[in-house]
Amino acid sequence: MAARTALPAQGANPIIGFVHRRRRGAELFLLVLALAVGIGAYAAVGIGVQGRVPADIVGYGGWLTALVVAAHVVVRIVAPYADPVLLPVVAALNGLGLAFIHRVDLVDGTDLARNQLIWMTLGAVLFMVTLVVLRDHRVLTRFTYTAGLSAIVLLLLPMMPVLGTEIRGARIWISLGPFSFQPGEVAKVLLVIAFAGYLVLHRDALALAGRRVLFVDLPRGRDLGPILGMWLVSLGILVFQKDLGSSLLFFGLFLVMLYVSTERPGWLVVGGALFLGGALTAWRLFGHVQTRVSVWLDPFAYYGEGTNDTGFQNVEGLFGMAWGGLLGRGFGGGDPTRIPIVESDFIIAGLGEELGLTGVIAILLLYGLIVERALRAAIISRDGFGKLLATGLGSVFALQVFVVIGGVTGLIPLTGLTTPFLSQGGSSLVANWVVIALLLRISDLARSPVPDLTADAEDDADESTQVIKL
Amino acid sequence: MSELTLLLVRIAYLAILWIFVLSAISVIRSDMFGARVPEAARGRGQKAPKEKKAKAAKPRRGSPTHVLVVEGSSAGERAELDQAPILIGRGNDAAIRLEDDYVSTRHARIAAAGDQWFVEDLGSTNGTYIGTVRITQPTTITLGTQVRIGKTILELRK
Repeated sequence: MAARTALPAQGANPIIGFVHRRRRGAELFLLVLALAVGIGAYAAVGIGVQGRVPADIVGYGGWLTALVVAAHVVVRIVAPYADPVLLPVVAALNGLGLAFIHRVDLVDGTDLARNQLIWMTLGAVLFMVTLVVLRDHRVLTRFTYTAGLSAIVLLLLPMMPVLGTEIRGARIWISLGPFSFQPGEVAKVLLVIAFAGYLVLHRDALALAGRRVLFVDLPRGRDLGPILGMWLVSLGILVFQKDLGSSLLFFGLFLVMLYVSTERPGWLVVGGALFLGGALTAWRLFGHVQTRVSVWLDPFAYYGEGTNDTGFQNVEGLFGMAWGGLLGRGFGGGDPTRIPIVESDFIIAGLGEELGLTGVIAILLLYGLIVERALRAAIISRDGFGKLLATGLGSVFALQVFVVIGGVTGLIPLTGLTTPFLSQGGSSLVANWVVIALLLRISDLARSPVPDLTADAEDDADESTQVIKL
Repeated sequence: MSELTLLLVRIAYLAILWIFVLSAISVIRSDMFGARVPEAARGRGQKAPKEKKAKAAKPRRGSPTHVLVVEGSSAGERAELDQAPILIGRGNDAAIRLEDDYVSTRHARIAAAGDQWFVEDLGSTNGTYIGTVRITQPTTITLGTQVRIGKTILELRK
């Protein structure tokens, strides 16, 4: 996957006349549909819960439309060749999430949707700022170590005595006055930048040196440093912050990027072994890991009277999805607020109850599209850093969706992570909007035609011919 | 609200969701297969400036016909461009074989794209340079552009 091996392929691109079109019109068309998904969900929630289309739908819809149109115009101006699918998919997911949080608000009497809308606005503004300021993603290579360091600082912040707050057993929040913030979400983006910058420089050493044992190229001992470091950081998050999800996410991300940049399956063997070792040790030593695993193995043994009810959330989520069936109960027809914190980690269970399997599959497909587009940008990107960055951002997305939805549906032990763009939670939303901006920037550079160097080259040629003539 | 209305709203919303998903997929599909721009459409966007350039360039010199090694131990060796792509390296299968310790077995190649010529590094150890710049992606070269490989310098000649 390294730039080296992919070069001949795009060297061939100009040769067969394969030129990407801008597709901004297609993006606009999809954005209109995305707005229909978002605003339609809001209207359906109003009809289902209150029996009428909400009165403020014009203001709400207008605000969403304004945000989306502003983002579209910015993309049109500063990234005309960017991928046409990413922005609409994100807008649709975000709109759907807002509508569902509003639906929970209507039952609980809370005001989370308004906050979420403010965060979405902030996210969209940061999305535009990123696109405008960052005209070439390769600039980010300058901040490789800065990004890595700030990521680690951000990850350590919640451990600080005053700043950090422990919510629901996990110490991953910092609170500044009325705002609470999850620095891990920002660290996620910074870590991808740091990994990509590091690996693009060191991939040869990591890929070429090593011994062959049983058909697997094992890496050299001294190259194990970074992977061991990352393993320790992940374990640290697991032990001190009790955050299974983030620790799994960061380690998985590092492993994927290492594998992609070196093309050596040996790293997967080493990393998988480290992961298994770490997971087993954690399971032996820590109560909260044991609880999660036993709830995963037999959720119903931890539900109802006579038990400690640790499986309550999982089981209610499973009940909700079962009650939703194929077509769902419709917005307002189910009872998703039975599930604790349904607006956050368990939003997919709530959506499963009200939209059914049909809706959940559509949502999963949308996530799949985001990941596919990210990997596509990686494949056609012309520089190694862009390839790695896009792969990293795509896989962080894929891992996060897998970990949280896998946890909610009972495929893997439940680990707390937000569902990107759907879940209530500002830091995750803002960070993910920036991720999408970075992906659009990479795909814009990758899809724009090869810059015509002939003019410059001719000038050079003139000079050099003159020198020869002299 | 009657049960029927609620049912219709429910079905309608799922339909909207799926219409969106399918349209997104169809945009991706047309993006994959429709990206090859037909000659005519490309002409509109790109031909005009290209023709101007060609007019300016033609009187001075025509299109290149061969690659010549102008400096280094294999100086004087040449390869005709009509055999493109031309492989350059120390290996036996190279069209231009260079006796140069700083050259990899399969070092670089020169290929055509329309009426332009590209040089592309094939992952060599010591790199391919245009002027003092090490190239990282296929790069356009014209008549007289000096391409340095190891201690050898190559040029397109007519």
